[in-house]
Amino acid sequence: MKSIDHIQEDIIEEFSMLQHDLDMCVEYLIELGRKIKPLPAQFRTEDHIVKGCQSKVWLVASHENGMVNFMADSNTMITKGLVSMLIRVLSGQTADDILNADLYFIQKIGMNRFIGTQRSNGLAAMIKQMKFYALAFLAKEQKKETP
Amino acid sequence: MSTSDQIGIRLDVTSIRDEFPILHQQVNGKPLIYFDNAASNQKPLSVIEALNHYYRTDHANIHRGIHTLAERATEGYEQTRKAVAKFINAAETEEIIFTRGTTEGINLVASAFGRKFLKAGDEIIITNMEHHSNIVPWQMLCEEKDLVLKVLPLRENGEVRWDLLDSMLTPKTRIVSIVHASNSLGTINPIADICKKVHQAGAVAVVDGAQATAHLEVDMQKLNCDFYAFSSHKMYGPTGVGVLYGKRKWLEKMPPYQGGGEMIKEVTLEHTTYSEIPHKFEAGTPNIADVVAFKKAIDFINRVGKRAIIDHEEKILAHAHQELEKIPGLRIVGTAPHKVGVVSFVISGVHHFDLGVMLDARGIAVRTGHHCTQPLMDCYGLEGTVRASFSVYNTEEEVDELVKALDAILNKLRN
Repeated sequence: MKSIDHIQEDIIEEFSMLQHDLDMCVEYLIELGRKIKPLPAQFRTEDHIVKGCQSKVWLVASHENGMVNFMADSNTMITKGLVSMLIRVLSGQTADDILNADLYFIQKIGMNRFIGTQRSNGLAAMIKQMKFYALAFLAKEQKKETP
Repeated sequence: MSTSDQIGIRLDVTSIRDEFPILHQQVNGKPLIYFDNAASNQKPLSVIEALNHYYRTDHANIHRGIHTLAERATEGYEQTRKAVAKFINAAETEEIIFTRGTTEGINLVASAFGRKFLKAGDEIIITNMEHHSNIVPWQMLCEEKDLVLKVLPLRENGEVRWDLLDSMLTPKTRIVSIVHASNSLGTINPIADICKKVHQAGAVAVVDGAQATAHLEVDMQKLNCDFYAFSSHKMYGPTGVGVLYGKRKWLEKMPPYQGGGEMIKEVTLEHTTYSEIPHKFEAGTPNIADVVAFKKAIDFINRVGKRAIIDHEEKILAHAHQELEKIPGLRIVGTAPHKVGVVSFVISGVHHFDLGVMLDARGIAVRTGHHCTQPLMDCYGLEGTVRASFSVYNTEEEVDELVKALDAILNKLRN
């Protein structure tokens, strides 16, 4: 498994080829969203929703062999693309690494204009929720270790 | 044929656009097309320069100082009040209260009028198309005073079921608060007729005029409403300034909205007497600079001419309806016969948020979402729409660009 920063660098390189053409970036994002592993229908429920002002994300986390895995879906194509990148960066990492992750790639590829101050897509809430899951898994782990 | 053609008033859109520096820029590598005017429209140079001039030469606090700058600032501030009164044909200048915006105007009525004149069991009527700022203040008042909030439903085309108003008005109705023109649908409500019925029932009529003042003839004495709230920033003026028009007979009887400086006649530690209207409702140092510059926005509208603006925007609206309807899968939400320049639409299979981002990537600014009218969206079973809204500087060519962009986006997505 590549490290979080290694994956971030990969994404930055991919986007650099789009030469900051927003139209092309958006198209690429939509393509990424389309490739994401489909979220099984049973997870598309209220309690898995991370809500933005305009778009919804369903986020599911699991913990296996010390690694946190994420699955997600969204009702908008662009948010789904953004989410797919977060999953690519954070899924399969340890809870510790997720908690300490500095997701600088978002700004580097110019995607901050979709999150930054905009409440509309809920991506900021999504990152928070992913870190929150990591924290919960970490707490569980530590509880197991201390008899 | 529009009136402007008949009487020969044609807008010179090119020279109007020259007055708006912000329009002449590239956004995401494309020439900006600004279609988010219902949220806030852009400012002509005269307004921008008035702000600059005020702070460079005239600023001081108003209504108190005896020195020259205080006098100039006060004069500028009060000149705007006069210009507003004339612009909306209020019977008296004192009926014009400066606020922060439409929202504050409605809150002022709910708070000051509501507290004084409403009691448990009284009824307030609104419509299903109201902006949250004409819903929430009444809900808060209802909760506080145990009142009943009644809602007039809508027709499929986005008109209010005004035929139900008579049966909804009861001896307990105190307030009917309605939007003049819907920010989400564009529907224009027949305010004068409604006010007549409201008054016959012994209630007062409050009107949210946010979307109307820059786009319709607005005459307080013809409409005969009791209160009318609107915002400067939706009529080419600065942000942070609004107006509440209120009939003198009500304003005089209402208690102040906030306490502080400016609104008092005399203060002792035991008792305070209040200023006359409108100052009674303008506690504290107001937003002087923006109020002063607001006058230039009114001058701009007067100079271009309301009739010419209305005709121009109607033409763009008709063109937008005609061209957008040709796009497969696109449905216009809000097709009332009388509309301001607002087109809300949805496209089957594509989320409004995606459309908004993809249009922005092409330099086209639209609004997406529920437009602060969630109950309205619920009523149509929608999460939101894409909304294009027009102002005097927009053109039919820009509408064509929007249609082209949508075609291109849909082509890509559907292939």
